Amino acid sequence: MLELRREYFADERDDNLKEIGKGTQRQDMLGHVTGASTYFNDHKLQGMLHLKVLRSPHSHARIRRIDLSEAERSPGVRRIIRGQDVPRNLNTLLSLINFGIDDEPTLAVDKVRYKGEPIVAVVADSHREAFEAIAKIRVDYEPLPTVFDVEEALKAGAPVVNETYPKNTFTYHERYDHQRLRFGDVERGFAEAYHVIEHRYQMSPIEHAPTETNGSIAAPDTNGRYVVYTSTQALFFSLDTCAKILDVPSNTLHFIGGTVGGGFGGKVDTLTEPLAILGAMLTGKPVRYVFGREEEMQYGPPRGAERIYLKDGVRRDGRIVARKVRAYFDSGAYTRLSSYAVVKCAAHIPGPYTIPNVYADVYCVFTNRTPATAMRGFGVTAMDFAIECQMDRLAELVGMDPMEFRILNAYRDGDMKAHRREAKNTALVECVQVAAEKAKWPIRDEFRRMSSRQGGASPAPRREAQPPAPRPPVYEAPPPPPPAAPEPAHGAARFSSVFGARRR
Amino acid sequence: MSKHRGRGMASINYPIGMNLGGDPSQALVHSNPTGKFTVSLSSIDLGQGMKSVTRQICAEALGVPVEDVYVDTADSDTGPHCMGSFASRGTHRVGNAVAAAAREARGVMMEAAAEELEVNAADLETDGRGNIHVKGAPHRSITTKEVAMAAQFKQGKTIAGRGIFLVPLSAVDPETGEMSPATCYAHACLVAEVEVDDETGEVTMIRMDSAYELGRALNPRLVEQQLVGGAWMGVSHALYETTEPYYPNAKQGPRDFVEYLMPGPGDICPHDIAVLERPAPDGPYGAKGPGEMCANPVLPAVANAIYNAVGVRVDDLPITPEKVLRGLKAQGGAKPKARR
Amino acid sequence: MMIPLQFRHNGRDVALFVGGGANLLTVLRDQLSDFTPKFGCGQGGCGACTVLIDGEAHLSCLTLAAGVQGRSVETLDGLKDGPRLHPLQQAFMDHFAAQCGYCTPGMLMAAKALLDRNPTPTRVEVVEAISGNICRCTGYEAIIEAVLDAAQRPRARA
Repeated sequence: MLELRREYFADERDDNLKEIGKGTQRQDMLGHVTGASTYFNDHKLQGMLHLKVLRSPHSHARIRRIDLSEAERSPGVRRIIRGQDVPRNLNTLLSLINFGIDDEPTLAVDKVRYKGEPIVAVVADSHREAFEAIAKIRVDYEPLPTVFDVEEALKAGAPVVNETYPKNTFTYHERYDHQRLRFGDVERGFAEAYHVIEHRYQMSPIEHAPTETNGSIAAPDTNGRYVVYTSTQALFFSLDTCAKILDVPSNTLHFIGGTVGGGFGGKVDTLTEPLAILGAMLTGKPVRYVFGREEEMQYGPPRGAERIYLKDGVRRDGRIVARKVRAYFDSGAYTRLSSYAVVKCAAHIPGPYTIPNVYADVYCVFTNRTPATAMRGFGVTAMDFAIECQMDRLAELVGMDPMEFRILNAYRDGDMKAHRREAKNTALVECVQVAAEKAKWPIRDEFRRMSSRQGGASPAPRREAQPPAPRPPVYEAPPPPPPAAPEPAHGAARFSSVFGARRR
Repeated sequence: MSKHRGRGMASINYPIGMNLGGDPSQALVHSNPTGKFTVSLSSIDLGQGMKSVTRQICAEALGVPVEDVYVDTADSDTGPHCMGSFASRGTHRVGNAVAAAAREARGVMMEAAAEELEVNAADLETDGRGNIHVKGAPHRSITTKEVAMAAQFKQGKTIAGRGIFLVPLSAVDPETGEMSPATCYAHACLVAEVEVDDETGEVTMIRMDSAYELGRALNPRLVEQQLVGGAWMGVSHALYETTEPYYPNAKQGPRDFVEYLMPGPGDICPHDIAVLERPAPDGPYGAKGPGEMCANPVLPAVANAIYNAVGVRVDDLPITPEKVLRGLKAQGGAKPKARR
Repeated sequence: MMIPLQFRHNGRDVALFVGGGANLLTVLRDQLSDFTPKFGCGQGGCGACTVLIDGEAHLSCLTLAAGVQGRSVETLDGLKDGPRLHPLQQAFMDHFAAQCGYCTPGMLMAAKALLDRNPTPTRVEVVEAISGNICRCTGYEAIIEAVLDAAQRPRARA
C-alpha cells in the first residue's frame, strides 16, 4: 500500500541512518490493544462530583433574569456556578500570544450569542442529578435578531453578534477588517488574460467527531494545587488559559494529559478545564466535566465554514497570470482561533503555483452560531478545495490535461511567492509526476522530465514577454524577527509573556 | 439508469508548523544509572505517533537502540513547555527539540566513554546496538550501560541534555501581507476514481493513488497510518460530513452518529501511496509532517472525479446525493467527460 | 434504590449494588474500575463501549447493568490469557491497526465475537461485524486486515 520512492532527491539525503526510516512498533501499541493506555477519564477519584452546564436555547438573546432557587434545592446538588463566580470571565484563546481581544465569557452573564452557549454550571453527586437540577433553572430571555450568513453579517445594520467587534469582523493591524495579500497587479493581469473565470466555493462546518469527547477531571491536590486530567491537545496552552481565567499562578495547576482519543484540532479550545477546576476549588472535591456526544456535535466547536470567491485569469498557453480571492471565515460568535486562520489562509494563497499577480482579502466574520475552531488543515483545506476545483476548470478551458496544467504552473525552487518569500525545497512537480505514473494517467514526455529544482528543465518560456510586475527584492535570508518583547513587569518569565504585554 | 466512472486529481502543498512561527517546543533527555534513556516532554500524543517518532529520533541522535529509550509525556510538572500538538508541528518542532537534547546528552556520554577508554571523544563512535567503540578498532569498546554507571558513580557527570526549537515569530505587513508563514512545506498529488449512480446521486469511491513528499519518512508504518487515515477523512469531508446540512440556515444539525454520517468500513476503497523525501533543511533528519495535509487533496480530487464521471460540478461541500441529482437534473442527465 | 447484582466479569464472580437505571458501561468503569470499555456517545452510535455478554457483542452504554444478572461479561481487560496476547491483539499490533486507540477496545471485542462464532470469516463478514464500531483515525483498512490475519492464526481453546 505504501512505497518509498527513494530515487527522488536522493542526492539531497543521507540515508545512512540506523533507527530513522524503520517501521518500529509504536511505543503505545501494546497499551492500546490491551486497554492499558490511559485516557483522561480513566481515573477513579474518591468523592468525585459531576459538572454539567445549562446551555442557551437561543442563538441570540439578552439574559434578563436567572432563577436558581429551585435548582439549588435539587437533590445531590453541591454547588451552582454563575458568570460572576468566574474570577476572569472574559478571555480569548490567543491572548496568550498577544493576538486578539478578550471577547468570550466562560459563563454568559447578560447576553448569549449562540445556541448552546453555557450560562450556569451545576456540580452534583451524579450526572443524572446534575441534569435534573439544570432542568429546574429558570432563565428569562429576550430573544434578539440573529445573523447566520457571513456576507449578511458584514452589511450595515446587521445585528451585532459580539460587541467587542461591532462590525462583525476581526480587525487586522488595527486598520482593516480583513487580512490583505497584494502581489503584482491583478487587474492588469486580468486584462492580459485570454480567459477570466470566477466561481464561488462553499465549505460547510464540520465536526471533529473524535471517538473520545472533550472532557477533564480536576481535583484538589497537595500544597494548594489542583491536578487536572484533560483531553487537551496543548497542555500548557490549556494550563495557562485556566491560570488566566481563574486568576491563579500557573504553578497552582498540574496538568496531566493522557493519550488523547482523537483530536484533529477540536481539543485545543480548553472547553471543560476552567469550570472543572473552578468546581474543584469551590467544592473542595474532584469534579469531572465531560461532553456528551450531542454536546460535542452541536456545541463543541466545529471547523468553521468558509466561503471563497476565486477569480482567475489564464493565458492561452495555460499560464495563470492573475488570481484574486475574496474569502470569508465563519468564526461563529467568538474569535477563538479563526482570526489566526485567516492569516494562515492568506499566506497559503495562491497555492503551490507561481502566479505573478495575486490579490486576496480574507475576512474573519462573526455570526450567531457555535464558535469555530481549528481542524485538520486549518485555514488551508477549504482554500485547497477551491483552488484545485478551479485549476481543473482552467485546464479544461485551455484544453490542457489537468496533470500537465499543474506541472506547467507549479512553483519551483527560486520562484517568488505571493507573500514575498522565495520558494525553496519544492516538490510539487515530482508529486504530480509520480501520482500520474501510479494512476496510469498518461502525461507527455516533456512534462515527465520537468523538475522542481533550479536548473531542471522547464517549459519555455516561464516569464512572459510583457514587463512583469515590479519584482520585490529577493531575500537571501528571512527578515530579522521583530524586536524582543519587553521583560514582563512582574519579573517572572512565563511563556505567555513572551509576545509582550497582554491586551485587556 | 446507470453508473458512471470518472477520475479527478488535485495537487497541494502544506505549511509545516504554526503559522508565522513563534511556537517553541522543549525537550529533556536523561539517562538512568544503567544507560536507559528517558525523553521528557509535555507534548501530546493524540494517536499521530508523537511518542513513537520522538523515541526514534532520540535513539538515532544518541546512537543507542530504540529499546533503550522511553518517551514520557503530557505532564506539566515534568515535561518542559511545548506549544501543543496541532498545525503539523509535532514532528518538526518537537522532533528538533528532542534531537537537540539528545545531541547534548550524547556529547556527555561520549566524553564519559572517552575518559573510560582513555581516548579522545572524537575518536569514538556508537554502533546503535548499545556499544561505544574506537573508530576502526571495534574491540576497544565499552557498553552504554558501563559508561552510564561510570559517569554517575565515578566521574560525577550527568548524561543529560536539553533542547528547544523555535522558529522566530514573523511579522505580517498590513498592506501587502508579506510574511514568513513557514520554513518548509510538504507536497502531495492525489488521483481519485469514483462511480456515480445517476439515478440516486450516490458516489462510490473506487480507488485512490497518491504521492506525498514529506521530507523524511521517519517511520514508514506511522506515515502510512496517517496518509490512509487522513485520506479516509478527506473522503468523509467531501461526500458525507456537515454540522449544518442547510448552511447558512442553522436550523438542522446532527446530534449523534446516526445523523452525522461518515464512511464505514464497507465504504472504503484501495489506496496506493508513494512517499517522496526531499529533506527540509531545518527538519529533524529532514522530516516535515503529514498530519493535516493527508486529507486535503481528496476533497477537490473527488469533486473533479465526479465532474469527469457525469459532468456535474458541485462547489458546495459536502457533495451529497441530493446535490449530484440536482446537478444532473439541471443539465438534463449525465454528461460524462473524456476518460482520463 | 440500589439493586444487588452478581455476574461474571472476565471470568471472576463479582457482587455489588447498582442503581436501577444504571447502565453497564458506567458500572464497569465507575464501580469495578474496568476502564477498558470507553464512553464515546452514550447513544449506541459508536461502538466504543462494546462488551461481550454471554459471548455476544453488546453496547454496554445501552445495557441496563441489572440486565446482566447471572451472566458472563467480557471486556478487553480479560482478552489476554495471563501475559499472552490473544491472536487478535497480536494481529492488531502487527498491522498497526490503532492510532489513538480509543476505538480499539470495542473493535477488539466486536472482532472476538465474530471469530468465536465464525472462525473463517470473509472480508465482507469482517466488515459487517465491525460496522458498528467507529474509528476516526485509521480509515479501517488495517483493522480489517488484522482481523482476517488473526483468523488464520492458531488460537488456544478457551
